[in-house]
Amino acid sequence: MASLEVSGSPPRSRRELEVRSTLQDKYSVLLPTYNERENLPLIVWLLVKSFSESGINYEIIIIDDGSPDGTRDVAEQLEKIYGSDRILLRPREKKLGLGTAYIHGMKHATGNYIIIMDADLSHHPKFIPEFIRKQKEGNFDIVSGTRYKGNGGVYGWDLKRKIIRLYRKEVLEKLIEKCVSKGYVFQMEMIVRARQLNYTIGEVPISFVDRVYGESKLGGNEIVSFLRGLLTLFATT
Amino acid sequence: MMKLAQWLWGLAILGSTWPALTTGALGLELSLSFQEVLWPLPAYLLVSAGCYALGTVGYCVATFHDCEDAARELQSQIQEARADLARRGLRF
Repeated sequence: MASLEVSGSPPRSRRELEVRSTLQDKYSVLLPTYNERENLPLIVWLLVKSFSESGINYEIIIIDDGSPDGTRDVAEQLEKIYGSDRILLRPREKKLGLGTAYIHGMKHATGNYIIIMDADLSHHPKFIPEFIRKQKEGNFDIVSGTRYKGNGGVYGWDLKRKIIRLYRKEVLEKLIEKCVSKGYVFQMEMIVRARQLNYTIGEVPISFVDRVYGESKLGGNEIVSFLRGLLTLFATT
Repeated sequence: MMKLAQWLWGLAILGSTWPALTTGALGLELSLSFQEVLWPLPAYLLVSAGCYALGTVGYCVATFHDCEDAARELQSQIQEARADLARRGLRF
């Protein structure tokens, strides 16, 4: 076991990836939700499938912000089905925003890696083992999904910024401490700060499928505040 | 230094060099062909930057991958998921 830990070389096979991963690493998926009653069971099912098939140790932390559509009820049922060691419910009373949802989720995360993604099926969990493999390969601090390279792409015309990323836990903690923006902009700020702190970032091509159920929480307003956030980043970093 | 400050500095330096050279304030004897190139340079650079930006965006839009397979696969897995979850007792 000591030799596996010391060697920093990339895993030679899927089996080796499994062995290394299960022995040492645990991956905590943070899922902030608001009105995702339809999507939540599906995303959890897909996550469980991807992790189980690859033999990866994981937990899924669902941070619901008091959704009026019964998301919490569905989350409780999922906890019963998959066990409270795999599905952790850490809800909040009302909508308090993405950044604080991550902070809240991380407090309860027992993994040494954190995966941040949307609960709306825009990103398929089947990519997560690839993220993990990429992270091991390059010993990256952060691995981000990109739609613009390799086999990446989109189904459905979209203007939305959806992020799926894998972070080392201590890296995410440090970045969240430093970020000041609110809303979706803060996802961008994280990468800017990460580069400033000289963290290594890897990329994995992913496909994005436009919203299957539910309403997007992105409107014209968000686009304006996105642009404003971008200018603020430009002026303050 | 902040990115904005860096850009402002860069623009200030270029922005003061160009009029200094074109108005002959530095008292340099510049060849005619050099002056002919120098004079329209800012406008030329601006237009080139605009074309590059549009070109890049256009190219990326044109070559963007359309993932029909991914959408189909997702739909079939959704069916599978709903069936499996119902079997395990989930009330949708």
